[in-house]
Amino acid sequence: MQSTADANATDPLALAETWTREGRDVALATVVETWGSAPRPVGAHLVIDSEGNFEGSVSGGCVEGAVVAEAVEVISTKKPAMLEFGVADETAWRVGLSCGGRIRVFVEPVRRDPAPT
Amino acid sequence: MDIDLLSRFNAARTGRRPAILVTALDDAGKAQRLISPDDDLAGDPLAEEVARRFRSGKSGIVESADGTQLFLTVSVPPPRLVLIGAVHISQALVPMAQIAGFDVVVIDPRTAFATPERFPGGTLLAEWPEDVQDQVALDPYTAVAALTHDPKIDDAPLRAALAAGCFYVGALGSRKTHARRRERLLEAGVSATDFERLDAPIGADIGAASPAEIAVAVLANIIRALRKGPETAS
Repeated sequence: MQSTADANATDPLALAETWTREGRDVALATVVETWGSAPRPVGAHLVIDSEGNFEGSVSGGCVEGAVVAEAVEVISTKKPAMLEFGVADETAWRVGLSCGGRIRVFVEPVRRDPAPT
Repeated sequence: MDIDLLSRFNAARTGRRPAILVTALDDAGKAQRLISPDDDLAGDPLAEEVARRFRSGKSGIVESADGTQLFLTVSVPPPRLVLIGAVHISQALVPMAQIAGFDVVVIDPRTAFATPERFPGGTLLAEWPEDVQDQVALDPYTAVAALTHDPKIDDAPLRAALAAGCFYVGALGSRKTHARRRERLLEAGVSATDFERLDAPIGADIGAASPAEIAVAVLANIIRALRKGPETAS
């Protein structure tokens, strides 16, 4: 349908593929668990490149900054990470969800290497 | 995640094919696989969970037998509504269905009806339904409502919708019209069981009188079929 092209421009999974094919180093963040009134549902994605560019949303803006910072780390180490955010979670990130919910976010690198060169 | 796996997942999503990406969260994300509804999962401990997730469309964590956490990224196509007939009911039903989250397409070969003025927003195909079946592929995540009253236009897409397993298939017309439709479609090879799936007389029984009210009634039955399964349709 005509909306598909527009949707692809901001679809994190489509962008993760496009960016990786362009040669950028990319990580994908996914909301894997929520408690309480989390702003984005389980399965929501954020795509991040090594420069800190990102598209998508895992929390409607509350913790994206922290996820992006961690994703840049994941890209350089090539090791996935599990992040957890809650209300004013000061010890871990000094960021929190104003809505009072808690979320768990899985961040993984997109690997290019097994693909034929 | 491997780029090839991501490519296959994206291809399924853009092609309106359901798919589930399984990620082992404890295993540093290394063990990932893609499941399609056609895969033979006999003996797979995830089989039941996967079938449930394909129906609900909901992503989430599953504990596997050995205690490891698996994340299922579930992708099912967004529900789509195909309306046969650029008629008055459709004019009301298009915006209602769009608000409810459906991709909506209106198909009507009669150019007097199928005008952009009557259907602003680019959802209109002024073609015979048979001629656009590649463009608007019918699938189990699509609802079809035939609203023209004209068998020459309605019958073919109704047959196609039943054959494709569309989650809702409805047809406008009186009981008498519907009885004649039954004769024609059975003659054309539709099984009696498939024919019984048709929502006719169309729409929830709320005494709808105006075209807009009929649109509400039709949308109600479409949502019921989507959320509660075809077996609960009236």
